[in-house]
Amino acid sequence: MLYHEWGMTSLTRPDGDTGTAAASLPPTPAPSPTPGRGPDHLRRRLRAVLPPLAVVVVCLAIWQLFVSLHHVDPQLLPGPETIVRSTWNDRVDIWPAIGVTTEEAVLGMMLAIVVGAATAIAIDTFRPVRGSLYPLIVASQTVPIIALAPLVLVWWGFGLLPKIVLVALFSFFPISVGLVQGLASADPDAMNLLRTMRAGRLQLLMRVRLPGALPQFFTGLKISVTYAYSAAIVAEFVGAQQGLGVYMTTAIRAAPIRTDLVLGAVFVIAVLTITLFGLVGLVERLSMPWRPKR
Amino acid sequence: MSPPEPTLELAGVTKRYTADDGDVLAVDGVDLVAGDGEFVSLIGPSGCGKSTLFNIVAGLDDATGGRVLINGEALGDRLGASAYMPQHDALLDWRRVVDNIALSLELQGVRRREARRRALPLLERFGLAEFARAWPWQLSGGMRQRVAFLRTVIAGHSLLLLDEPFGALDGITRADLQQWLGGVWSEVGSTVVLVTHDINEAVVLSDRIYVMSPRPGRITAIIDVDLPRPRNVALQERDAFVAVEQRLRRELQSAMSSWGEFSQNGG
Repeated sequence: MLYHEWGMTSLTRPDGDTGTAAASLPPTPAPSPTPGRGPDHLRRRLRAVLPPLAVVVVCLAIWQLFVSLHHVDPQLLPGPETIVRSTWNDRVDIWPAIGVTTEEAVLGMMLAIVVGAATAIAIDTFRPVRGSLYPLIVASQTVPIIALAPLVLVWWGFGLLPKIVLVALFSFFPISVGLVQGLASADPDAMNLLRTMRAGRLQLLMRVRLPGALPQFFTGLKISVTYAYSAAIVAEFVGAQQGLGVYMTTAIRAAPIRTDLVLGAVFVIAVLTITLFGLVGLVERLSMPWRPKR
Repeated sequence: MSPPEPTLELAGVTKRYTADDGDVLAVDGVDLVAGDGEFVSLIGPSGCGKSTLFNIVAGLDDATGGRVLINGEALGDRLGASAYMPQHDALLDWRRVVDNIALSLELQGVRRREARRRALPLLERFGLAEFARAWPWQLSGGMRQRVAFLRTVIAGHSLLLLDEPFGALDGITRADLQQWLGGVWSEVGSTVVLVTHDINEAVVLSDRIYVMSPRPGRITAIIDVDLPRPRNVALQERDAFVAVEQRLRRELQSAMSSWGEFSQNGG
């Protein structure tokens, strides 16, 4: 939209240009506000989504058939139909739980991005730090974070904060590693070019290295985002008043046990994680408009 | 003919690297002069120290001996004293064509909108106007080099350093771009130093050609190209043009054979 003010459309190639290079070029790009949309795009999207969806449907059908034909005890393994019905009937309880856990997961991811980006830029900026900090961050991943969960609760209580901290602890590592690698992969020619333009370190970072590192950053972010809900739920298992983890614990401790609600919650968590993953993919595409559309 | 103060003057420039197995002499006592508005080429086989010499002039590297004078001044920090076009176009993928060209203006603190406003006339003048909003991935190799060259020109430096700008292009595109570059240069009027390993390219574009021999990099011959411009295809078929090419080829040959190791292994 920024470009409208230039009135570029009225410009034409000046005469006298050989035009040979132009002939071999792709047609002049016409950057519409939403490039890549349209029926073609939709069809391609659908073709990508349909096969996995079909697999899921077939699996659910086999499951349902197995449970119905063998009259499996629903407390042991309820069928998909039972799970959906029970979960829907319990929606008044599961809705607020979704809200609480989503808040923990999303805020935790934001903290993870801040911590991951900060450590990556620190590692990249201060060469001596690289030697000492990077192995430490890798080593930190060998610590069983689940085992730390009770301690984190002891330190920060049973509120929102310990959940956010745990989600961030689970998730910052792929973000950090992705960004470190992305920053290190900057084109040396472009760096030299900017140096001859008297660019300082900050300018090199902002104009060459960070934009160039975005693809790897998002690769890391997509990996970590799949941990977010699981981490939040583990934190809730250890101690919480509300949330999907609490919901599941309650369903397990109920007499008789509500297996259908536990599995329903698992299903809900999967859907939420896929949604968050898709959201990151959307942000990825929006933040790198220069990349060719697939 | 040449003004009292040349745009670029190299006097005895030497570069010695310290390696594990002793010192390596990459560039040995290079003298070179490029007067105001001249087009000077530096030709030699790969590994002859052309790029090292270039990095020294651009300020990316320091000489271990000799003097580098730009517009008569021996600057301690030469970064920013000339405009540099690297071997690969080094266009930034995340900037549209016009923003790539305006890059150096923005680095000087010019606001993006103003930088674009100044870049657009340049694009129009040299046939790139309709690509102003394109992303680099949408351009052909030849077009990328045009953009890279205009990016070099825009800051208005008196000295342009071009490091094998057409090395990766096919012959047809290359010939086309040489003519285009010659045209832009004659309008802009900057002094150009071009590094190349292409004989035809050197003769088409240069006022003067310095022949370099490898290991250590030395100037072994200086050839003045006294041919009219523009040096289009018709001119390239004339005897005078062919004669310069032949002379240059012979000089390169002898520069290579003076490097004993190569003629033994490479013959």
